[in-house]
Amino acid sequence: MATATLPLLTPNDFSSDREVRWCPGCGDFSILSQLKKVLAVLNVPREKMVFVSGLGCAGRLPYYLSTYGFHGSYGRAPALATGLKLANPDLQVWVVTGDGDALSAGATHLIHALRRNVDLKILLFNNEVFGLSKGQASPTARPGTRTKTSPEGSFETPLRPISLALAAEATFVARTIDVDVNHMSEVLEKAAAHRGAAFVEIYQNCKIFNDGVFEYATDASIKTDTVIYLEHGRPLLFGRDRNQGLRLNGFEPEAVTLGHGITMDDILIHDERASEPTLAFLLSRLIGPHFPECLGVFRSVQRPTHQQLLDESFLQGDPPRLFEKLLAGDESWLVA
Amino acid sequence: MATHERRVARETPRKTAVRPTAASKPAGAIEERDAVVIRFAGDAGDGMQLVGTQFTMASAAHGNLVCTLPDPPAEIRAPVGALAGVSGFQVHFSSHAIHTPGDRLDALLAMNPAALKANLPDLEPGALLIVNTDTFLPDELHAAGYASNPLQDGLLDSYRLLAAPMDQLNREAVAKVKLIARETGRCKSFFALGLALWLFDRPLDATLRWIRDTYAKNPVMIEATTRSLNAGYQRSAALRTPAVQVRVAKAESEPGRYRQVSGAEALTLGLLAAAHRTGLPLVFAGFPLAPASEILHQLFEMKQPNVKVIQAEDDLAALNLALGASFGGALGVTATTGPGFSLQSEALGLAVMSELPCVVIDVQRAGPSTGIPSKAEQADLLLALHGRHGECPLIVLAMATPSDGFAIALEAARLAIRCMTPVIVLADAYVTGGAETWRVPTLDELPAIDVRHAKPSAGKTFQPYGRDEHLARPWAIPGTPGLEHRTGGMEKEAGTGNVSYNPLNHEEMVQTRARKIDLAVDTIPPLEVNGPPQGDLLVLGWGSTYGAIAAAVERCQRKGMSVAAAHLRHLSPLPKNTGDVLKRYRKVLVPELNAGQLSKVLRDAFLVDVVSLSKVQGRPFLVREIEQKIEELLRNA
Ligand code: SF4
Repeated sequence: MATATLPLLTPNDFSSDREVRWCPGCGDFSILSQLKKVLAVLNVPREKMVFVSGLGCAGRLPYYLSTYGFHGSYGRAPALATGLKLANPDLQVWVVTGDGDALSAGATHLIHALRRNVDLKILLFNNEVFGLSKGQASPTARPGTRTKTSPEGSFETPLRPISLALAAEATFVARTIDVDVNHMSEVLEKAAAHRGAAFVEIYQNCKIFNDGVFEYATDASIKTDTVIYLEHGRPLLFGRDRNQGLRLNGFEPEAVTLGHGITMDDILIHDERASEPTLAFLLSRLIGPHFPECLGVFRSVQRPTHQQLLDESFLQGDPPRLFEKLLAGDESWLVA
Repeated sequence: MATHERRVARETPRKTAVRPTAASKPAGAIEERDAVVIRFAGDAGDGMQLVGTQFTMASAAHGNLVCTLPDPPAEIRAPVGALAGVSGFQVHFSSHAIHTPGDRLDALLAMNPAALKANLPDLEPGALLIVNTDTFLPDELHAAGYASNPLQDGLLDSYRLLAAPMDQLNREAVAKVKLIARETGRCKSFFALGLALWLFDRPLDATLRWIRDTYAKNPVMIEATTRSLNAGYQRSAALRTPAVQVRVAKAESEPGRYRQVSGAEALTLGLLAAAHRTGLPLVFAGFPLAPASEILHQLFEMKQPNVKVIQAEDDLAALNLALGASFGGALGVTATTGPGFSLQSEALGLAVMSELPCVVIDVQRAGPSTGIPSKAEQADLLLALHGRHGECPLIVLAMATPSDGFAIALEAARLAIRCMTPVIVLADAYVTGGAETWRVPTLDELPAIDVRHAKPSAGKTFQPYGRDEHLARPWAIPGTPGLEHRTGGMEKEAGTGNVSYNPLNHEEMVQTRARKIDLAVDTIPPLEVNGPPQGDLLVLGWGSTYGAIAAAVERCQRKGMSVAAAHLRHLSPLPKNTGDVLKRYRKVLVPELNAGQLSKVLRDAFLVDVVSLSKVQGRPFLVREIEQKIEELLRNA
């Protein structure tokens, strides 16, 4: 896909001529600008990149990029993108979706793209609310969220995108946050490099309808206590002094402070390459206020992509018959 | 279109005198007929679909023209011997052109009392009735609802009964081969087949070849089924009444290679031919829903390089997969039915808005909702024409006969690519499940399909929603430098393709999309009339009713009536001369397997007060039903 002779691209080369129409202060701006920076260094020609999206605020993103783009229907982007990859496996295909798009209307399509391991980069902008439709509860809305459709506070149990992606057998699963630009670049680059379905949940602030919902993870004064940055092969530590960590007590995770008999040997070591996603799933369940939330790569394993499996399966069994032979079928006869 | 339409179609009366011939067959007597309709019926486990298919193959290879209709039970596992579990397969074979699998039966092979009960009403008096007497036991008779044994109570006196203890004869035939009970049962269908092949003087070679291929890895079954087949073939000669063979002479056909083809096979081959002809990759996505799943199976079966087939998570995903593939420069195709087609309305809107070429095959089934999954209906016409929100025109075609699937799939691909639009092909289980004799086209007979992927032109800004002479927008595929653009479901500004909420632009785009479909009319053939070019009555049909209408009209014409037939394969846009043709007849009869949907369309488009002949029973028209209506209308003319 990548060629060595590509002209150097700048983030600006990825801007379209369209005026960006998100609300001032929306987290989407930060994601878009970070994304352009990452695209510029991927060494993939612009014409080989396609952004496929569904509906909602996130779905508008393809219009603001100068790559190919397809803005589909509610929730169907993973299916569109899968078809596109079947037609031309050489393309680098990104799916941009939101929590309403991917998890309300499109949950079916999302999980099947993941289980098939289609070589897609799926970015789910999670703001826990329906934005473009003007403020209703989304499937990720945390309990108590007040919206037009949950005036007394949301009471349905929210879906956790990372847990769902892991359950759907995704081979790359990560989480980052709109304002942490360096972390986001790092995660997006890793997702782009992954062969197979890469799923990235991006905590994204909706300024208008759910402002500040991720403040605990962005506020510098507290985030050291509320966030664990996942690093492969490193102990799961957090806290200003990095003296707190996670350990296992039976099947239950525990947040503990080092000292008083608790040593580094007790602390769980992150392993994003574990063949079973058990640890990743456990980490995906951690939420405040009792636990810090994890940012970074939960899982990154190699499994043959959908395309590879298709190619392999094509080689199995009988070789394809010549088209003329197919036309004539198994039994045919000549009339002179 | 179907081979037989190019020939002058003649249906001559069937009954001819029994006359002995000098054939070397032991029974001596051979009766010559022009055509025979036989139905094989038995329990779901009796292998009737296999017997029917093999019998058809042998008849076609023998040189007859064939037209078949499988009638599998809706329940996959109905109780043994129950009426709900009866599986049927009807074969019409002939020495001249035929249009349908036949209304009435000249012969019935019934493997058990339930099969007899379910099918006897369709049997002509005096017809040949072959029964497996070993199943006429108290339990089976009871399950079929017979109070007394029809073999003994005189019910069958008006038929030429051939009563054979098939279980026993088959067991004797395979006694020397080591088989388990289930395998012995499987062999019984070959015994029945052998019997039928002898009775109708068909050669065994095609079946023997099939057995060798199918059981290549199981020599014991080759041995056993061959023995059963031969036993049926030979034993029939020794059976008492009526040891008369029936012979249907070869048909005269134009030179070429022939085969029999089912509608599902023909559609699949047509899609593959489109890929072959254009060099485009074909991406087919389908969700398993009967009866459309047969096309999905065929595509997996006929694997080809450059063709990718995927089982989608649902029908809405299937069309999105196809559409994504079309965006990527492939020919995206899906096949669905009933509930799946309803689900696809959303994606059809997206396909119309993004103006991408894709093909949706709707194998209509009896609805609404789950309806009767295995039964044919034509009740999706209005849904296909209008069933989307917004002003959402697209091209709608309908296949007329099983072999027409080939031509219609190619036509759908041609129009989709030329007009940059989704094309719906309406079929139903009657045409996709039915089969007929087909002259195999040579590769150079395939129609040309012009594909123009857009290329960048220096100095010009690319206009993704610019238009060519057909009002089609350019097909600019990802991977092409300089043509990067965004498409999707939001209204586009003419030319630039930018999202636009401008009211006048919206109206212009609505009109442009409609005009684009209207313009396709210039590339489609005019409506042809078979019969007097003007007069008292025109019978106008569409889709799978072609055969029944053609046969009925020809019968009436032979009786001297002034009646013409015409058939629509293009429903949107309608052929240019449709209105003119309709106005040349005092009456227009429109037979449809729905409550009168084409009639509505025609009244609306041409202010012609057509007479609707509606049938919504999940069954095709009988020739006689249309014939009677024609006679009635002409009587009152
Ligand atoms: S509604 Fe919320 S998510 Fe949407 S653009 Fe505005 S701030 Fe961003």
